[in-house]
Amino acid sequence: MKTFNYHSAKDVKEASKLASSSSAFLAGGMTTIPSMKLGLATYKNIIDIKGIKKLSGIKVSGKAVTIGATTKHAEVANSKEIKKAIPSLAALAEGIGDPQVRNRGTIGGSIANNDPAADYPSACIALNAVIHTNSRKIDAEKFFKGMFETVLKSGEIIEAIEFQVPQKSNYQKFPNPASRYAIVGVYVAKHKNGINVAVTGAKSCVYNDKDLAKTLSSNFSAASINNVRVSSSGMNSDIHASAEYRANMVKVFAKKAVEAC
Amino acid sequence: MKKIDVEINGKRISKEIPDHTLLSDFLRNILNLTGTHIGCDTSQCGACVVHVNGRSIKSCTAFATDLNGSKITTIEGLAKNGKMHPMQEAFKKMHGLQCGFCTPGMVMSAIDLLKNKKNPSDKEIRDWLEGNICRCTGYQNIVAAVKEAASKM
Repeated sequence: MKTFNYHSAKDVKEASKLASSSSAFLAGGMTTIPSMKLGLATYKNIIDIKGIKKLSGIKVSGKAVTIGATTKHAEVANSKEIKKAIPSLAALAEGIGDPQVRNRGTIGGSIANNDPAADYPSACIALNAVIHTNSRKIDAEKFFKGMFETVLKSGEIIEAIEFQVPQKSNYQKFPNPASRYAIVGVYVAKHKNGINVAVTGAKSCVYNDKDLAKTLSSNFSAASINNVRVSSSGMNSDIHASAEYRANMVKVFAKKAVEAC
Repeated sequence: MKKIDVEINGKRISKEIPDHTLLSDFLRNILNLTGTHIGCDTSQCGACVVHVNGRSIKSCTAFATDLNGSKITTIEGLAKNGKMHPMQEAFKKMHGLQCGFCTPGMVMSAIDLLKNKKNPSDKEIRDWLEGNICRCTGYQNIVAAVKEAASKM
């Protein structure tokens, strides 16, 4: 691995000030460190934001669950408050990677990285999340731009993610047996003001399947999904699954999620 | 270079190390604690699992500089007064290893499981050990060893 300078930032202002085109913020490092070891990414400066207390923690009110950016997956998975308010969100966290990833990896890191097969981006879309950064609030629908790409600017730091508590919701995924990343994952959430069907793993970026959402709005049942056609156009195709297979899995896992709602 | 102060297996250690030193390299190359193994070095195999502040992590995927002030336990820190930890005893008794390369990580990971769940089912043990790969045993005896340890701990 190439050498770098390690900085432990004491607050968000300092972290943001240190940022440049050759730096990276470090939280859990579950993607950043392997990428650096493999030579896929090199940085002159690593800015550790784990020590910033304000960025960690869970707040639950009647309408919203707000999770600090450096909160670890294990903390979300084990939170009694989240299990009560949005059980599907705690279950999603429990299904990420392996226990060691869950003990280190963070929600902010997952979202900032926007891996096409990551779990959390689907939760953001399904649960109408608002991403709070050090400079603005961004609706999840506008946050995820494309493969490994978000609207975050240089020096912008995610501080917290605010999820809307749904009436009911469920997340089902077909995990890659080795990595537990989603080959296809579908997060269904029924809110007072509408239904979201967020799909991850299937395309280059998480998306809200409007056709499935529309169908479920008129008839919230697994059977109603049978008549929806999910096109394989634009779907990922790799050694794990073809585009056509993924398109079918979107339906299969949407049905499973609706049944488990 | 950065100076770090950590507690490893109950001993306070203070060292100046390059910023990019991985915890696994710090343990093995600087402190000569070679019980922590490096298998894949890409966070897949889990041979390098240690405990940091009581929770299991993969030491090949953490910078030592980033763990300043932490309490770290490696496989060398489990035995007390020459007596093996119940998890180590159970792996021996149930033949939960063959070549032994993955064993330090398996043991450290399994101890973390029992902190979370006192009497895990076979499925819970297998799910938890998702991040630990063994190419010898077929896992049967590892699961048996974790259950044996759970009955003793």
